[in-house]
Amino acid sequence: MSSAEIPVDPLALELCALSKTFKLGGGMLHKSRTLKAVNDVSLRVPRGQVMGLVGESGCGKSTLAKMLLGLTPPSAGDVLINGKAIVNANQKALARHIQPIFQDPYSSLNPRQRIAQIVGLPLRIHAIGTPKEQAVKVEEMLELVGLPKRAAQQYPGQMSGGQRQRVAIARALIMRPDLVICDEPTSALDVSVQAQILNLLLDLKDEFGLTYLFISHDLAVVEHLADRLAVMYLGQIVEEGTREQIFTAPRHPYTQALLASALTPEPGLGVPDIGLGAGQPDPTQPPSGCAFHPRCPVAQPTCSQQAPTLSAIAQTSAQATRHGNQARVACHFA
Amino acid sequence: MAHTLSSPVAAEQHLVGSWQSRLLRSTLNNRSLTIGLLIITSLGIVALLAPWLAPHDPYLQNTANRMVPPIWHETGSWTHPLGTDRLGRDYLSRLIYGTRISLFIGLVVALISGLIGTTLGVLAGYFGGRVDAVVSYLLTTRLAMPVVLVALAMASLMGGSMLTVTLLLGLLLWDRFAVVARSATQQLRDAEYVQAAQALGCPLPYILLREVLPNIAGALIVVATLEVANAILLEATLSFLGMGVQPPSPSWGLMIAEGKAYMFFQPWVITIPGSALFILVLAINLLGDGLRDLSAPGGRNE
Repeated sequence: MSSAEIPVDPLALELCALSKTFKLGGGMLHKSRTLKAVNDVSLRVPRGQVMGLVGESGCGKSTLAKMLLGLTPPSAGDVLINGKAIVNANQKALARHIQPIFQDPYSSLNPRQRIAQIVGLPLRIHAIGTPKEQAVKVEEMLELVGLPKRAAQQYPGQMSGGQRQRVAIARALIMRPDLVICDEPTSALDVSVQAQILNLLLDLKDEFGLTYLFISHDLAVVEHLADRLAVMYLGQIVEEGTREQIFTAPRHPYTQALLASALTPEPGLGVPDIGLGAGQPDPTQPPSGCAFHPRCPVAQPTCSQQAPTLSAIAQTSAQATRHGNQARVACHFA
Repeated sequence: MAHTLSSPVAAEQHLVGSWQSRLLRSTLNNRSLTIGLLIITSLGIVALLAPWLAPHDPYLQNTANRMVPPIWHETGSWTHPLGTDRLGRDYLSRLIYGTRISLFIGLVVALISGLIGTTLGVLAGYFGGRVDAVVSYLLTTRLAMPVVLVALAMASLMGGSMLTVTLLLGLLLWDRFAVVARSATQQLRDAEYVQAAQALGCPLPYILLREVLPNIAGALIVVATLEVANAILLEATLSFLGMGVQPPSPSWGLMIAEGKAYMFFQPWVITIPGSALFILVLAINLLGDGLRDLSAPGGRNE
């Protein structure tokens, strides 16, 4: 599934300078602080591809997902789905095009409803078909995600994590959306179940011609799934490129560290030392210049003064001409 | 949230039978719930069947037959198993009819206050921000008012009656509902299934009534049982103080009040309605305790 063969246009999803700022605290006595959870993010997701979005906890991945789903209004910038801006769009109209699969299958299903009710909810809310047709569709969908028929009458509490995630997938796909936001859909699952769910997601993608925005902090999962990859740090995208580009030749020091931090199954190697020092800085007081410079192993004096822009990497002839292979990185020295 | 896999056998046992039969089994395993339910059901039947169960008219006075002691006294008789009061009215019949008053007030007050408190709490918890600030202010205001004093003052202004007491208590006892509903909703607001419903474009009433409310109902039912007990005690208090149910209604609180002059020589005029009150409130609290255990994690909705 090399990205090179797939035409770049039309884009399923485009983010234009998207930002989200939260005001924290702020009472009579102390000033409120602002948190730039998502800071000027621009990203293009071609139709039919899987865009992986990686980054450590708290880098703004989930806030980004919420904005895409219309759950949080962006502070600035635009989200375009199929070329149309979603700001001020009707939530129901938006829901037809974009659906979420959440991280925790234990909290993403209402424990008081039967599986048939949960999966059929989108059809009921959008008044698609008669109750009978809806029931048929629910049954089809459950079969597609590999659940037995009797699952329809069960409650989420009677199911395993993997089964629940299948239910969540069925709910997300029953209205045939174009775009699915997968917010760490496997991180709450057993390793043995993760692979099943990932393969199911890939099968369904081919079946329905879906586009995925796949948010994860698990690089192994992303490597398995993603066509393209964007790396986020403190609310900004620091590197973007195809899977091959990112995994074989990461340019940004943060991406390099992230890849180095992946644990190997090899015993005796221990936990890799990635030389990033302590955790990421307080996002309410981001460092000057390049946000990564306090932790960067190759930081220079300019890094703390001047913020690098996310710019295209000059590439060798044949590759560089294809927009689909366009790689971008935000580092002075990449 | 527990992600650990329980052993297959345990999981199998947990899944045996429909949820109704599993509910029944865990109910019977819970002793306080069973006892509470048993007492309340029997009292409920007594209240419903009062006209057929009461041996005499609870209002019929017989001055020739005043202060007849109950059956366990050497002078007691089966005509009046629990004796008669200072006006010669049959005590057992008054006690039986009093069950109606206590249960009615308890249930209606819990219903009114539950409606008010749950609405305010769910809205505050779901929307947060300004709505929460307004509700929290109302809540603080309400908590700053001593219930008995306010109820007494209002009842003396409006004239004590069963209706007044019910409305007053209903308007005063919503605080716990609001607190519990608010915090429970705050936890659910960010639950992923609520977000999934929002992302689907579900209308707000659907989200609040179908996604949020059923999942906080367990906690609210526990509060409701406690408030029923609370309301019954407050009604008795107000009636005892003369601002509640008015004579000649056979309220238990009123019976205690009317008997207080005889308390040293005929203690049973107080101990009989007092015990009835004690048993009812105890049963309701047992029921509440049992329901809390039942709705705790480990049940169907862990």
